[in-house]
Amino acid sequence: MLTSGRIFSELMREINEGRFVLTGELEPEKTTDLTEVIEAAEALKRYVTACNVTDGPGSFAYMSSLIASHILQRETGLEMIYQLVCRDRNAIGLCADLLGAGALGIRNILALTGDHPSIGDHPDAKPVFDLDSAQLTHMIRKMVDEGIDLYGNPIHKPPKFHVGVAANPNADPFEPEVLKIGRKVKAGAEFIQTQVVFDIDVAKQFLKEVDRFNVPILMGIFPMKSYGVAKFFDKNIPGVPVPAELLEKLKKAKSLNKKVRKQKYNKINLELFIPFIKELRKTSAAGCHIMAVGYERLVPKLFEAVKM
Amino acid sequence: MIIVKLKAFDELQSMLDPYQNILIVGCDGCSGIYEVGGLKQAEILKQQFELARRLKKAGKIRVKTVSIPRQCDVDIVANELRSEITEQEAILSLGCGVGVQTISDIYEDKHVLPGLDTMFIGMEDKNQGKFFERCKACGDCILAETGSICPITRCAKGLLNGPCGGQVKGKCEVYDYTRDCAWILIWMRLKKRNMLDLFTKFRPFRVNRLHSPKELEKTINVSKH
Repeated sequence: MLTSGRIFSELMREINEGRFVLTGELEPEKTTDLTEVIEAAEALKRYVTACNVTDGPGSFAYMSSLIASHILQRETGLEMIYQLVCRDRNAIGLCADLLGAGALGIRNILALTGDHPSIGDHPDAKPVFDLDSAQLTHMIRKMVDEGIDLYGNPIHKPPKFHVGVAANPNADPFEPEVLKIGRKVKAGAEFIQTQVVFDIDVAKQFLKEVDRFNVPILMGIFPMKSYGVAKFFDKNIPGVPVPAELLEKLKKAKSLNKKVRKQKYNKINLELFIPFIKELRKTSAAGCHIMAVGYERLVPKLFEAVKM
Repeated sequence: MIIVKLKAFDELQSMLDPYQNILIVGCDGCSGIYEVGGLKQAEILKQQFELARRLKKAGKIRVKTVSIPRQCDVDIVANELRSEITEQEAILSLGCGVGVQTISDIYEDKHVLPGLDTMFIGMEDKNQGKFFERCKACGDCILAETGSICPITRCAKGLLNGPCGGQVKGKCEVYDYTRDCAWILIWMRLKKRNMLDLFTKFRPFRVNRLHSPKELEKTINVSKH
């Protein structure tokens, strides 16, 4: 539900003002050095309202998203959306990290169930899943709105968060995905960021189905900086095939010499996503979530072209 | 049904190495019905042990076999084994883990050893010729709400509000999309039964789970009639 009267973050303020909001994505990896991620955040800062910080995506053991969110927010001044998965922490761990996030001035959480450990780089790690994304959402709303934890224990100075959830417009079958979104909204979701969409018609159909839940939707897009990235995505991200035609175009570009190749990749992405975003702005979507990890340089070009 | 598996013969043999006189106790319950640990298996094992000892020239082994209706039943174990257990040093149980422990609690001075590995609570799928796990004994059954399909057991993450983003065309990301997503099965079943409102229902965190770690041991009171 859109929560009027209680706005804690820039993200929610802009959504509430009815502005078409852009969010970006940052991925701390297996390192103690955030220099490159900070540079990426700096590159995005002028164009996006906030940036997601991933929490061990694909069940890879990467740097803590909470700590990375804090450092990135401190170093760049850009607001972060702290992604929190239920894969690695029981209810106590989740509560503890959320209290810490509150203390560090984090204002947006994306509550996710998380991938199963078996698909990542620690495949035998114990899967926790004490809670799922809907229950985590519910727990966060209890902490924020009622100032209590999962068991009703009072929290001294409760945190101020807005909580978002994920959804997949490409889900097959689609009906249970829509019903599930309704369930997450019931649990207290305040915004939705979607999985990657390539086809504007898929985005429109999705919006048509979920508009009734009256929750702001940020539609996910994924500019691909190379054929290799596109192929990896196509192979490894469940349920989101890269359109064959697009793959083919990128494959052709791959054979060009280095300088021309880069320009060609940019051209292919801009030709796809400029009309996509322009069209998306005419819909009920609250904004666009641009997952251009390692391809931040495209974002200004996209931004200028759609004249935000 | 408790689904069990016979241990590898090498493991059984090394377990029994120190003993010259043993009793193999079959169970006609779960393990006997599927011919994993009934009287017939007890007798086959007896022959194998005797032969192996002979081949190793490691002296004789005296093996006696018996099978009882249920090793998990205290009264049956006490009554039916009393006359069978004499001077044996060890008892090899062909029951589930509960059977082993029931015998061991009654005959404390005997070395009671597990002949089987206890796998799960499950059922047979005749078409696939396989046993599948169907119940985690979580102590808070929600099958009435999930089209009689257990997500605690059959969802890789044990989710109460599934499916997650890891399902594609009804298959689960765990084991490379070869297994059904439990929550898509639940959705289909509820749809068939015209009960989709149950699918949409939000299920909060369960605070009264029997398997909650605060329960050091699962217990319930026996009601005597």
